[in-house]
Amino acid sequence: MRHDHLITAKQLSREDVESVLDRAAEFDADPAAFGDRHPDAILGLCFYEPSTRTKMSFETAIKRLGGDAVDMGTVESSSVKKGESLADTARVVAGYADALVLRHPSQGAAKMVGEFVDVPLLNAGDGAGHHPTQTLLDLYTIRENAGLDDLTIGIMGDLKYGRTVHSLAHALTNFDASQHFVSPESLKLPRSVRYDLHEAGANVREHTELDDILPELDVLYVTRIQRERFPDENEYQEIAGEYGIDLETLEDAKDELTVMHPLPRVDEIAPEVDDTEYAAYFEQAHNGVPVRMALLDQLLEGDR
Amino acid sequence: MSDHQLRVSKIPRGTVIDHIRAGQALNVLAILGIDGASGETVSVGMNVPSDQMGHKDIVKVEDRELSQDEVDVLSLIAPEATINIIRDYEVVEKQYLERPDRVVGVLSCPNHNCITNADEPVDTEFEVLDDGVRCEYCETIVREDLAAHIAVE
Ligand SMILES: [Zn+2]
Repeated sequence: MRHDHLITAKQLSREDVESVLDRAAEFDADPAAFGDRHPDAILGLCFYEPSTRTKMSFETAIKRLGGDAVDMGTVESSSVKKGESLADTARVVAGYADALVLRHPSQGAAKMVGEFVDVPLLNAGDGAGHHPTQTLLDLYTIRENAGLDDLTIGIMGDLKYGRTVHSLAHALTNFDASQHFVSPESLKLPRSVRYDLHEAGANVREHTELDDILPELDVLYVTRIQRERFPDENEYQEIAGEYGIDLETLEDAKDELTVMHPLPRVDEIAPEVDDTEYAAYFEQAHNGVPVRMALLDQLLEGDR
Repeated sequence: MSDHQLRVSKIPRGTVIDHIRAGQALNVLAILGIDGASGETVSVGMNVPSDQMGHKDIVKVEDRELSQDEVDVLSLIAPEATINIIRDYEVVEKQYLERPDRVVGVLSCPNHNCITNADEPVDTEFEVLDDGVRCEYCETIVREDLAAHIAVE
């Protein structure tokens, strides 16, 4: 990758994606074999929002590469609580570490921090903004299961606030993929994402019913609809029921359909789907480690 | 002084912003940070008949020339405006507005969750699109009522 920081999936060219995924496949094949890659590397973890899994997968990745992680702990127990700015905290941690990972509730936080630090920065989620490392592990999973070209993908659920959806949609514009977005009217893609997809010349269609498109899909990417987005519990129940899947829903799907979900799920995917050939979401979560190993390897390599 | 005289009266030195889209004069003053307390002598004409535009607004500010940042933001809300620099009662320079690629530090982002609205040492930065602007940090697109987002001091 030509960039020191990974802030948004929009930075990633097809070549960038492929080089990370190829490297990830090497790590995936034998994760324990690379313990001498970066023996002195320290990764700084700045998580301003709880995200145990993303944090653990970064920690695992750096340890698999022979390095170690330092963690600023919870926001409640840190100097952030005393009113220190994000820019200052990040500069201090950047002084300790060889690379930083940032998760923050504000959109644009990673872009800003990137302007202040001179070690590589990985955006691990900024509000409803971007989550590019999730996108890479999503792409890895899609490539393993369905291939990235001549792909028909359905992306369903909360498309308005779902940052993983936004990042994935951007990244897919690099490939020969037709993208079908399925959501209730109130949770359609935001204007800014539609703008980018249009600019990128993406092949995109929007639907309110999964049935309209399900039989054509190679991949169905399901996301969680958050209860707190709805002022009315009944309205939530109605929508959540309509945008979930079970074995009955999948009767019209291709046999080779791959079902993905960034997890955690609530009830969007019935547990009965877990044991079928469709389910790829646990594999997807597992892929976080080799993909993050590959990214860290590239960034730390560039740093030498 | 009659209304007619006020409209045509010349100023000794300063800036005349002419051909402002009717109704935008107060927003122009906001961009320039003029609230009456800053001491400049300012004349404002609103809904003045115009051959080109039907009606237009016009703002004359004495003893002041505009910065490029101010000119950039003006171009967003008053793209047809002309800026006349006056010295010794004469127009010494006439500037037509050009839309910039980006504006820095002059608009505030309407997204409350944007990092530029947190207490961080960062200027707002907007990319100028054909039909609006877009925050470089949170990517929110603003198309309507840009003037409402001018970050006045
Ligand atoms: Zn913003």
